[in-house]
Amino acid sequence: MAVVRLRGQLEKLAGGAQHQLAGSTVTELLQELESSNAALEGWVLDERGVIRPHINVFVNGEQATAETPIGEDDKIEILPAISGG
Amino acid sequence: MSDERRTELLVGTRKGLFVLEGRPDARFSLKARAFEGEPVEYAMRDPRTGRLFVSATSAFWGPKIWYADALKAEWRQATGVALPKGGDQALKRIWVIVPGETDGTLYAGGDPGVLFESRDRGATWELNRALWEHPSRPAWRRDSGGLSVHTILPWPGDPDRLALAISAAGVWLTDDRGKSWRQGNAGIVADYLPEEARATAINLCVHGLERARERPERMFMQFHGGVYRSDDAGESWIDIADGLPSDFGFPVVLDPADPDSAYVIPVTTEDRLTPEGRVQVWETRDAGVSWTAHGDGLPQRDAWLSILRKSFHGKGEGPDLELYFAATSGEIFGSSDAGKTWFAVASRLPSVQSVRVAR
Repeated sequence: MAVVRLRGQLEKLAGGAQHQLAGSTVTELLQELESSNAALEGWVLDERGVIRPHINVFVNGEQATAETPIGEDDKIEILPAISGG
Repeated sequence: MSDERRTELLVGTRKGLFVLEGRPDARFSLKARAFEGEPVEYAMRDPRTGRLFVSATSAFWGPKIWYADALKAEWRQATGVALPKGGDQALKRIWVIVPGETDGTLYAGGDPGVLFESRDRGATWELNRALWEHPSRPAWRRDSGGLSVHTILPWPGDPDRLALAISAAGVWLTDDRGKSWRQGNAGIVADYLPEEARATAINLCVHGLERARERPERMFMQFHGGVYRSDDAGESWIDIADGLPSDFGFPVVLDPADPDSAYVIPVTTEDRLTPEGRVQVWETRDAGVSWTAHGDGLPQRDAWLSILRKSFHGKGEGPDLELYFAATSGEIFGSSDAGKTWFAVASRLPSVQSVRVAR
């Protein structure tokens, strides 16, 4: 299964940084992340199932989209976008 | 003034919650901060339980309602504050949270034009389906601030009756605790619409709405160009703007002891700033027949303030009525004599989005 690495508030809410999850795309993986961690519900995906606008998902270090395919050994990171002002 | 007379303000800013406390005749001091760096749209303390509520919309994680039973207690996230899953819309923001008329009940309003109800002191919330699925919803229009249920007015002593203000979908009334809703817009003239469209318009931009405690059928409204009074519980409205320097503004506050009272802060139609660089609060004590300006203690030159719709609130009543309003410039002003004189409560805060008296 793929490994999802969380930081900051998401790590705290999920009770840990590393999560082994199944899913064939980024969206499926994030759905699995939220359904297996009730405290995360609505934090990464909105009610439509869309990734929140200022969240970046990286797969093996490369910025991904909702449809990016996920392989068995992939490493996924979920990060807030850079903000300023 | 007695040393015991102290007031606590919850100030929602674009950079977090600021809790201020002080005697209501001098600058307040900072008592606590929370949600540092997060946009806090609204904060209130439920007077029945002392529980604190915050609505914050993280740029990253979306809108949430948080609650805590003390300022130093852990903030917990309320659940159920979301639209139905799998639909084509997402919750954008919670604008307001108010206590209901039955024990444990609270209401929250937000964007896109939604009402939530909690019956367990704010821990869990449920979307009001009748409003969400109202057949007229496709005709509702967003204004520059969104499509917002920004004001929720319970009826003292009657949990079945509620009034909502929605920008820009007008006034909505229920007599069956939210099972059904009807509009209450008769008499409102939206001069931003073509004349032919005004009679049937639904996209009415109500900015502020308040109900008189001692006479609940009496309501006052600050409209997007107009100030109105209703004497029939919001079914119809009478123009009372004559005598004000501008009929544009956002918040309205009442003296709970006097159903003929209302306070507004006029701003210009063009730029939504205090007219001619003067800050004045205008008061009526005859239900809008006449208006009196109050500026003693407020900046009277070179002051171009923007005061948002949830940034004006009161405490107490009668001659000792305290009033507080804040500007997006980070200044807060207060009065402890029902608006006759004013003092600076705070300055140089981040842009203020709401001010509520907590106690």
